[in-house]
Amino acid sequence: MPNNCHHCDEFSRAALLRKSAAEAGRGLPAIEPGMPVPAGTGLDRRSFVSGVFGLALSVYGLGKLNLFDEGIAHAATRPSQPVLVSVFLPGGADSLSVLAPVLDPNYRKLRPTLALPADAGPAFAEDTRLHWHPSLQPLATLHGEGKVSVMPAIGYTHPDQSHFTSRHFWEVGATEARLTTGWMGRYLDRHGSKSNPLQGLSLDYQLQPSLASLKVPVASLAAPDDYNFWAPGVWGQVENRMLQALAPLGSHRADPGLNQAAKATKQSDRLRRQLLPFSNSGDNNYGSPVQYPKVDSGFPRQLAGLAAMLAAKLPLRCVAVTAPGEYDTHSDQPQALADGLDVTARTLLAFQRDLEARGLADRVLTLVWTEFGRRGEENGSDGTDHGAAGAAFLIGSRARGKMVGEFPGLTSGLDRDGNLRPTSDFRGVYSALLEQWLGADARGVIPGAKSFARPALVK
Amino acid sequence: MPPVYHGPFRKEQAERLLWRAGYGPRPGEAERLAKLGLHGAVHSLTRPGRDRLKGPRPHDDRGRPLAPRDRWGHDQLWWLDRMVRTTKPLHERMTLVWHDWFATSRDGVDSTRLMLRQNQLFRRNGLGSFLVLLLEVTKDPAMLLWLSGVENEKDAPNENYARELMELFTLGADRGAYTERDVREQARALTGWRNSWGETLGPYKFRYDKRRHDAGSKRIFGKRGHFDWRDSCRLCVHHRQHPSFFVNKLWGYFIPVPPKTGTRRSLQRIYVRSGYKVEPVVEAILLHPALYTGPRMVKPPAVYLAGLLRGLGRGVDTEAWTWLLSLAGQQLFYPPNVAGWDDTRWLDTATFRARWEIAAYAIRPRVLKDNAKHVPHDPHKLLHRAEAVFGHPTLTGQTEATLTRFARRAMADANADWKKRSYPPLVENALRQLLATAPDLQTC
Repeated sequence: MPNNCHHCDEFSRAALLRKSAAEAGRGLPAIEPGMPVPAGTGLDRRSFVSGVFGLALSVYGLGKLNLFDEGIAHAATRPSQPVLVSVFLPGGADSLSVLAPVLDPNYRKLRPTLALPADAGPAFAEDTRLHWHPSLQPLATLHGEGKVSVMPAIGYTHPDQSHFTSRHFWEVGATEARLTTGWMGRYLDRHGSKSNPLQGLSLDYQLQPSLASLKVPVASLAAPDDYNFWAPGVWGQVENRMLQALAPLGSHRADPGLNQAAKATKQSDRLRRQLLPFSNSGDNNYGSPVQYPKVDSGFPRQLAGLAAMLAAKLPLRCVAVTAPGEYDTHSDQPQALADGLDVTARTLLAFQRDLEARGLADRVLTLVWTEFGRRGEENGSDGTDHGAAGAAFLIGSRARGKMVGEFPGLTSGLDRDGNLRPTSDFRGVYSALLEQWLGADARGVIPGAKSFARPALVK
Repeated sequence: MPPVYHGPFRKEQAERLLWRAGYGPRPGEAERLAKLGLHGAVHSLTRPGRDRLKGPRPHDDRGRPLAPRDRWGHDQLWWLDRMVRTTKPLHERMTLVWHDWFATSRDGVDSTRLMLRQNQLFRRNGLGSFLVLLLEVTKDPAMLLWLSGVENEKDAPNENYARELMELFTLGADRGAYTERDVREQARALTGWRNSWGETLGPYKFRYDKRRHDAGSKRIFGKRGHFDWRDSCRLCVHHRQHPSFFVNKLWGYFIPVPPKTGTRRSLQRIYVRSGYKVEPVVEAILLHPALYTGPRMVKPPAVYLAGLLRGLGRGVDTEAWTWLLSLAGQQLFYPPNVAGWDDTRWLDTATFRARWEIAAYAIRPRVLKDNAKHVPHDPHKLLHRAEAVFGHPTLTGQTEATLTRFARRAMADANADWKKRSYPPLVENALRQLLATAPDLQTC
């Protein structure tokens, strides 16, 4: 993590606690008093391999595992539904670099060393004061095509500057510390199925709290290419030959016991072949028609796999994933921020192009968010401290492509702590997504939904 | 007396015996056992010496000793280690049989301490009197929690244990052995157990409390009396339909096709005349021709894994086995329900892949590097070396031919100098993996 400040021990502890949230029953490490427990903590977790699609899932929530296969198969036969993907930038990304107010008179005063030069990145067409971070060229491209709605200052009143608490608010869809279900989890509880854990998919080794449900199962899956037959010290041509030997090993045997094992071998081999589109070996990239960034990050692989799963008609509805990069930039901000945004934005562009090439672009909207923005004024160590309103993006062919809320400026737009004031509320955005995209009533999912203005998000 | 196997007793038969009545042979063990002849071999299992755990001591991924009571998953590793290192494999196998027969899940008991205590009970009483075992299980804390024994009291009878006692443990459903009235009356007889609850200890101090017992007269299986929990167990074991249930069920753990009527009757006689002892029945099953001449059985995942480790001479040294066993469909201490695991459905596309992964993890520490020297090019020699890694298990001709053909084709691909150097170790690694997951090693 590119910071050496003490008050951010909290951030790593939060990460630790989140990790353990998925390991129900193993006991949680102690947290400070007053901090909320992550949604989904203590949910029963069980491993399950879907025979239908050969995915090794960790399933959270009630239900009999052997029913899920039927549920997934059944759900997969129904008409395709809209999909919402949540991409989280962990640590509080600096919105004043993401969309740098290079023409705001106060920008250089507040950021004497960190301010980006006026010509560093492409101009933001909807507000000429703002320029995209140079690493966000891919998003600028998509914005130019009308496929990105920008929320330049999104947040909530009475901002909380704890990573942990603020992220919790965003994930549960309310500024309530004690809510234990995620906002997408509650949507699935109302509109989901009791037998399809893929409806809420955490692309991770653990459950993303925004998907924590109470009544329906949800799942986590690190990558869809889990149905592989890897052997230690075997690769290349020899590996191919080895896999070819599965078929003859699975051929009929006279002995009923041997034949039972042979049949399982044969069926597994057949499934392996069917799932080759999900294979990520070499340049295959899950059979994607576009090239994802080749970088040392799981993110391109996760989104390439997600596109492949959608192409294979897996019944997904809400998906949550964490973006690469560490955005808690108390020091050495320029490099850390550029690195994280670069991989994230290039991958999001590849994902959009992939969906377009596969004819799926009208079914998917992606919300990119972070728990808060950062302080207007830089600190003394090439970094910035925790702030309030931050930036978020809604990406997709069906995104309306118009700015939501305005950039409030760095004079009257800062609160008395020197943090950006919000011009849109995340709960309004959630309510709008529920109503305009997922076709659900926001009341009953977002507490106090009727008090939040709904921006027009979908075209 | 039931028939006794009279065919040749060689390595192949000894291997089958060691897999069915234990966790497979250590290298050379099948050959040694074959020299004892059938009776000598069976007696060495049913009447072994003291248990000495043999082989490397277990530890977790960080090299720390196991903490079965305290660390998640270590209870399973602890048991797996016993399966791997035991010198009384039949007794350890019977522990698994009883865990399935009296299937109790930690999911419902919620106490590792009590699950381990029950596990020791099975190990201690595994081959003795079934009545004693049943009495011990009936008052076992984990079972009292699992099937609501402690909730069954005079004023509010709970039929949970009474029903399973007859349906799953002693008599069997739909055989006309008992009526719904018997269930209710048995529940009354079984009242009286209770426990205390402590903030840190959880459930403790399991005890019989006369005040909670329904001392009234009951009518069970047509007999009338002031029956209590001991009578309840005795009535079941002495029921005329119990011996056939017992023999059939026990037989099923060792032999995949049901016994012929004559055999079943002989085994019942052995059981009743011995005073309901388990060991003489097991011994007669292990001597029976059906074990050696009948079809093969799919190894339960825990047996498959423990046997691989025994064959490799490897101890329990990673926590990976807990999730791998669970993926393979047999998370120890977590049977799917009170009826235990379904022994006819161990293998499907998911569990096969889990077994593939178990094999990969098992052989990984001994993987040959692609620059390993002195690896032969000859397909037969390569296969022989791969077999040696597992202690030369007997293979079917079909598997041997498939593996040899694979090795020959893979070596034929070596058309460049670097391939000629690196392919032999790669091919041997692949042969080990294929061998470990071939139908021959999935079954016994």
